Amino acid sequence: MSLTPEDVSRIALLSRIELSPAERETTREQLNGILGFIEQLQAVDTAGIEPMAHAVDVVQRLRPDVVTETDRRAEFQAVAPETEAGLYLVPKVIE
Amino acid sequence: MSQWEVVIGLETHAQLQTKSKIFSGSSIAFGAEPNLQANAVDIALPGVLPVLNREAVVCAIKFGLAVGASIAPRSVFARKNYFYPDLPKGYQISQFEIPVVQGGGLSIRVGEHEKFVHLTRAHLEEDAGKSLHEDFHGRTGIDLNRAGTPLLEIVTEPDMRSSAEAVAYARALHALVQWIGICDGNMQEGSFRCDANVSVRPVGQKEFGTRREIKNLNSFRFMQQAIDFEVQWQINEITEGRAIRQATVLFDPDTGETRAMRSKEDAHDYRYFPDPDLLPLEIGDDWITEVKAELPELPQAMQARFQADYGLSAYDAAILTASRGMADYFVSAVAAAGAANAKTIANWIMGELAARLNKNDTDIEASPISAPQLAGLIQRIADNTISNTIAKKVFEALWNGEGQTADAIIEAQGLKQITDSGAIEKIIDEVLAANAKSVEEFRAGKEKAFNALVGQAMKATKGKANPQQVNELLKKKLGG
Amino acid sequence: MSDLANSSLGELAAALKARKVSAVELATLFLDRIEKHNPALNAYIALDRERTLAQAKAADASGKVGAQDTPLAGIPLAHKDIFCTKGWRTSCGSRMLENFISPYDAHVVEQLNAAGMVTLGKLNMDEFAMGSSNETSYFGPVKNPWDTTRVPGGSSGGSAAAVAARLAPVATGTDTGGSIRQPAALCGLTGLKPTYGVVSRYGMIAFASSLDQAGPMAKSAEDCALLLNAMAGFDARDSTSLERPAENYARDLERPLAGLRIGLPKEFFGAGMDDDVRAAVDAALAEYRKLGASTVEVSLPNSGLSVPAYYVIAPAEASSNLSRFDGVRYGYRAPDYGDLNDMYSKSRAQGFGAEVKRRILIGTYVLSHGYYDAYYLKAQKIRRLIAADFQRAFESCDVIMGPTSPSVAFAFGAKSADPVQMYLSDIYTISTNLAGLPGMSLPCGFGANAMPVGLQIIGSWFGEAKMLQAAHQYQKVTDWHARMPEAMK
Repeated sequence: MSLTPEDVSRIALLSRIELSPAERETTREQLNGILGFIEQLQAVDTAGIEPMAHAVDVVQRLRPDVVTETDRRAEFQAVAPETEAGLYLVPKVIE
Repeated sequence: MSQWEVVIGLETHAQLQTKSKIFSGSSIAFGAEPNLQANAVDIALPGVLPVLNREAVVCAIKFGLAVGASIAPRSVFARKNYFYPDLPKGYQISQFEIPVVQGGGLSIRVGEHEKFVHLTRAHLEEDAGKSLHEDFHGRTGIDLNRAGTPLLEIVTEPDMRSSAEAVAYARALHALVQWIGICDGNMQEGSFRCDANVSVRPVGQKEFGTRREIKNLNSFRFMQQAIDFEVQWQINEITEGRAIRQATVLFDPDTGETRAMRSKEDAHDYRYFPDPDLLPLEIGDDWITEVKAELPELPQAMQARFQADYGLSAYDAAILTASRGMADYFVSAVAAAGAANAKTIANWIMGELAARLNKNDTDIEASPISAPQLAGLIQRIADNTISNTIAKKVFEALWNGEGQTADAIIEAQGLKQITDSGAIEKIIDEVLAANAKSVEEFRAGKEKAFNALVGQAMKATKGKANPQQVNELLKKKLGG
Repeated sequence: MSDLANSSLGELAAALKARKVSAVELATLFLDRIEKHNPALNAYIALDRERTLAQAKAADASGKVGAQDTPLAGIPLAHKDIFCTKGWRTSCGSRMLENFISPYDAHVVEQLNAAGMVTLGKLNMDEFAMGSSNETSYFGPVKNPWDTTRVPGGSSGGSAAAVAARLAPVATGTDTGGSIRQPAALCGLTGLKPTYGVVSRYGMIAFASSLDQAGPMAKSAEDCALLLNAMAGFDARDSTSLERPAENYARDLERPLAGLRIGLPKEFFGAGMDDDVRAAVDAALAEYRKLGASTVEVSLPNSGLSVPAYYVIAPAEASSNLSRFDGVRYGYRAPDYGDLNDMYSKSRAQGFGAEVKRRILIGTYVLSHGYYDAYYLKAQKIRRLIAADFQRAFESCDVIMGPTSPSVAFAFGAKSADPVQMYLSDIYTISTNLAGLPGMSLPCGFGANAMPVGLQIIGSWFGEAKMLQAAHQYQKVTDWHARMPEAMK
């Protein structure tokens, strides 16, 4: 499995990480190196093995339906790049 | 048009009626100032973690039981990854491979035609925030109060074949989620939103056509309009030789048209994977049993009971259970007036009351005439205190708040029916004396003249005479 | 150097209790040492003398010092900059959070504050904990106090360097694939990664959620036990936090080791380990036999797959965990951009460093349509095989021992050009994270260039007290852990 320049562009777009054309090529080489390394997993027979998504085998704990939070907007928005009238501002979103 | 078959599947997002969010302790109350109900978890500060709200799961179990679905003993929360400013984590926590509710379905009725719409699944997920596009110097404002509101996404099989069926399903579902108390059904506030997957195919073709998804339909009228427009558009496209391409579209109520969304044009790749911050959700039989016990009697069961106990028709039973409010009204009216009056009560609810409510655009929950008030009125009809005609007058008076009870109005306005035969006889004698011409005509064989005499007698009593008694006495007098 | 700078937590607590020193004096002593030595090490990346001294003053006034249930009150410590610390800049070693003042405390920080401990500052780390050498920090690399031309290990390199240089008595760290144990080994410290779920992850900036676990870094096993007592505990805000009765992790420290069965995975002692490391580890095992323990060979046949499996699972989770850094609600936003996507892409391109971007891209790829089964699902299945290996091994032993790292601390730049070479420096530590097991590293000698060597102990699930007992009994008869870099005296 080897990534093409188009693959790298597609992954970079999905990841929302801009890559310059030069970065794209070095990134491609490095990612191919890593993918080559993890390729060895393919040789393992895992038929009938349950995937393990969590380190512990326990079930979800449930929270009582209680409102515990109070307004902390001013504190939270103190670290925001751009706000107005309590809203976070971003470039115009077109639907 | 007849050579095309329409295929519709619906995905509905019902906001669950919990107090707090699905994964945090923020309030979900509607209408707060922007971002006042967005806590550290909701705005996805670094390091925060989700914990599942038990009540949201209870809502999902209730729904599963109400639609005869199976409740997954173990279901999994996954992350749906995409970037959008109203999605603070850059992923939505949802259920993907193993949803909590699987299968089941709903009976719908379009006119006389009944149909069962199969559900694929219903799963728990979190709502996103809101993007406000009003002008902030040409920028978009993000309000995350809604982010994390619990949703149940209810997905049907592509079972519907017309916009009317789609709307009938959406209405039935809308009634059901309110019936079982898991969603307030407020479509204006976005508590109940539908996406419609629409495709067309030539009649007889097995394969489905390519579908387009109409997003965020928040009224039944728009749903009907949007689907009708979309169907016609797709047929035109195909007829003119253009292939339909899978797309997400929005309905514009101003133009009545659908248009493709620009922001969704990127190739989707949501990269679902099990959320490592949340463990598998386990629902044991004992929990299901517990929830079942809390569940109100469901519309289907109630319909059967109404038919068996009160001799109502299937049609009437269905109408009386079309909403929880309607059913509650009927049930409490019957409780007050007695089962013997159930049929009369049903007729009054579906007739007079429904018409008045409709005319005033009022929900039955907000009816100016309460169920016990209506029951009081119907009891007076049953015991011949008033006639049907007078009853309508009393109904009107109750509606206008002229009195607290039917009895009070009857008393105050002197509407009590005259049943004393002596008194009625006296009136009839006067009527006969004053209408010799009509008497003659009747004797000459004109049946119509009889009705005129009855009318005169009723008029003379201001409608208060028992019409049956008037009939009988008049017959006796004329015949004798 | 004052003896206090080199004292154990027990000694510090005794001195505080006896009023021989106040919390303010102790904090001042360490802040002065930091001022003197930190420029050469770059271990601390956030300091706030006023805030620290205010907290120390409050500790002195609190009545907690000397109290039975707050044995660590008045003792200073420092936090890896991955823990959200209210009022402190919490950067996670990244430009992305260069200006992020946390509005809240992590559960660990809350617990330690409640214990009356005093925060000296925030410690440098590999960016978002992604690295094994501390070379990926936006704030520059941390230097190894034993030799400043060498790496301290990572990602908790700042924590390791600070404690090794006696710039803090103890520090918090986190371990996703070895990030406590490997720097502990490379800096001559004792560090412990608990069983997954023992310490709450709330407020700990996530790298790979199913692997991340916080733990103590200290000069000795005893200090680790005491700090772990204060760090551990159930937290309802973390769904993966385990509801278990509170444990005293120091309870078994003084129990002798006679009868202890030490499993030696043959896969850990094969090729790949440097000779100097092997010699030190072998000598330590000989010491353990003298202490009455027995050694038995065990096998972890799938352990060789742990690094590749990890480099699927960890980046996959990370790619999603780091999506929240989008320049909308906090964090870095590029100064110039066009539309929304351009803002995202530029902010993330400029806000993240090369290694973080690499892992996000790999993680995105292994989860993407058409590759999920081949990579992510496959790696999760192999993860189960790796966990099952341990389960089997623990049928014939009480703890597992081996090297922590295949080599002693390496020079800056030695592995940074080749990501895979860097990844392999965690070859012995990663499998415990995949299995959720507790693991620790303790100093067991010195190797080439007089650099410290770490012995790794892996316990069975919830075997922390037993591991700490094994480490403490060894530290009673050896003094490797008591050594400190000459230049820092």
